[in-house]
Amino acid sequence: MKRNVIKLMEVCGTHTMAIARSGIRKVIPGGIELISGPGCPVCVTSQKDIDRAIMIAREKDVVMTTFGDMMRVPGSRTSLEGVKGLGADVKVVYSPLDAVSMAKDAPDKNVVFMGVGFETTSPLVASAVIEAKKRDIRNFSVLSNFKLVFPALEAIAGSEKIAVDGFICPGHVSVITGSAPYEDIARRFGKPCVITGFGQADIIKGITRLVDQINRGDNRVEIEYKRAVTNKGNTRAKSVLDEVFSPSDAEWRGLGKITKSGLKFRDDYSFFDAKNRFPVKVPEPRVPKGCICAEVLQGISRPGDCRLFGKACTPSSPVGPCMVSSEGSCAAQYRYGE
Amino acid sequence: MVKDKTVTLQHGNGGKKMHEVIEVFRSKLTNPTLDEMADAAQLEVTSGKIAFSTDSFVIKPVFFPGGDIGELAVYGTVNDISMKGAKPLFISLALIIEEGFSLSSLEKIASSVKKAARASGVKVVTGDIKVVEKGAADGIFINTSGIGVVEKGGYFTGAKARAGDTVVINGPIAEHGIAIVNAREDLGFTGDIKSDCRNLNHSVEKCLKASRNISVLRDPTRGGLATTLNEIADNSNLGIDINETDVPVRQNVRKLCDVLGFDPLYVANEGKFVCFVREKDSEKVRKAMGPGSRIIGRVTKAHKKKVHLITQLGSTRILPMLEVSQLPRIC
Repeated sequence: MKRNVIKLMEVCGTHTMAIARSGIRKVIPGGIELISGPGCPVCVTSQKDIDRAIMIAREKDVVMTTFGDMMRVPGSRTSLEGVKGLGADVKVVYSPLDAVSMAKDAPDKNVVFMGVGFETTSPLVASAVIEAKKRDIRNFSVLSNFKLVFPALEAIAGSEKIAVDGFICPGHVSVITGSAPYEDIARRFGKPCVITGFGQADIIKGITRLVDQINRGDNRVEIEYKRAVTNKGNTRAKSVLDEVFSPSDAEWRGLGKITKSGLKFRDDYSFFDAKNRFPVKVPEPRVPKGCICAEVLQGISRPGDCRLFGKACTPSSPVGPCMVSSEGSCAAQYRYGE
Repeated sequence: MVKDKTVTLQHGNGGKKMHEVIEVFRSKLTNPTLDEMADAAQLEVTSGKIAFSTDSFVIKPVFFPGGDIGELAVYGTVNDISMKGAKPLFISLALIIEEGFSLSSLEKIASSVKKAARASGVKVVTGDIKVVEKGAADGIFINTSGIGVVEKGGYFTGAKARAGDTVVINGPIAEHGIAIVNAREDLGFTGDIKSDCRNLNHSVEKCLKASRNISVLRDPTRGGLATTLNEIADNSNLGIDINETDVPVRQNVRKLCDVLGFDPLYVANEGKFVCFVREKDSEKVRKAMGPGSRIIGRVTKAHKKKVHLITQLGSTRILPMLEVSQLPRIC
């Protein structure tokens, strides 16, 4: 190897979990360091966005729906699970279409879907919104906290502080986006990118290909996950997304505000924007003392570097989102004892 | 035969209407003790130790692929008694029914209780029915308590595990929990995913006949196999090594777990049990457990109170107890 340590970032939270669960760190050579990136949608949701969801959930006749992962993420004072315990109507759904059906079945309620996720999830929500519009379901709305992966990748690739040598790129997101958008990252920042699946063999193959490229001085985009990912991606999903949403600036936990890295409703669909429907005034959040999720999300610190890890912060009483999310790097380290 | 379509508060009034509901169950579960219709049952058990257990069942949906709350309520208690190495004999059945619950569903549940009691060889000897207002319960809740006779050499606890014991399981894990999620959320995954809900007392009897060197019996229900093994490691002050590749998981269950972001090792089972046995008898016990059973690991002094999983890659990681319930992931 040309360098003492090669730092590879797995961007996606599902990869983080798979690496920890399979014990991959223990079988790869010591000169390769795997660091977790900002690809866990729960972890990068800002505290203020969670506080807003909690405030809306407390509004009269609101049914707040969301994916299971979001339930326990702490806001400034409580979580959606906590506010549910106090009587708010909060429900876990498995698809945004379930929330649309729920709205149809309860016309006297306002069903809000808290939308969190990357390019994998947001097209599904966009189709649910299109469906709600088609069926004239007017008591349904979406609290858009979606994020786009590439602006965050650019921020990380350009950071000298983080100094990543290459990216293990997310399989699920790439199914939608295709491999083309990574070309820019690889070329402009000189960082090789390999898109991999989630099996142990997939990940190890991805690591091998990245190390090969780094040793040869290549900066290419490779698709290891060819059974699902193409160069163009899923054009239909992308056009559905584009019909409902347009890029907007967004606040990432740990990374701060990133230009054009979020999604806002286009005018034709703004009726479904829960931020318009429930204009709650959200106070500035109280950041938990001692929590270093922000650094963990950027790959600057490891979960074990946090003085709260495993003590004040555990999966049953998480302080930060990296511990609560099933794909968070702190949860992975806690659960699998890496 | 009751004529009303749903249970009303009148069915819980202690009078004639309540007896109509009682009759739904009594007629199916008839035996001399129950037929006395007294407030308590007089039972005859052999001298020695008895095992006594109670459990409440609040499952949603009440009817699911592979079973329903009636079967689950009987098998749950029968299995808890069996895991002590005891022969289950008698159970009680207490129902809390929400006003508006369908009477035809109640009949189906009564038939399931009858089927499960017959399969397990136990008698329902006493019971209770309460009806609560709409909204005060979720359809129907059932509590069962049971009594069994501890056979010679029985009464197993996690503390009795010994270093060197092998860990044997009677079949693929995670089927009940995944079947319930699939049915409850109407996820529409096909592939014949059914709960493994069944009685284990006869299988346990076969194991006890096959070996006198069994130290622990345990059914990994809520919290799954990982949590059960952690409890045993903790009780015995010993460690357990489990080989990931040896733990049986059906392909369709594994795939659905992957989609939801669930780890099958933490998903609930209702028809599985682990048996800790001296290595020399492990193969005999495995055969007694029946098809699908596998030797999945062993007890060690090397890492006390901890369960280690040897992964498919050959690396080792800690397999901790379930910390919080698993929730479906986002992507």
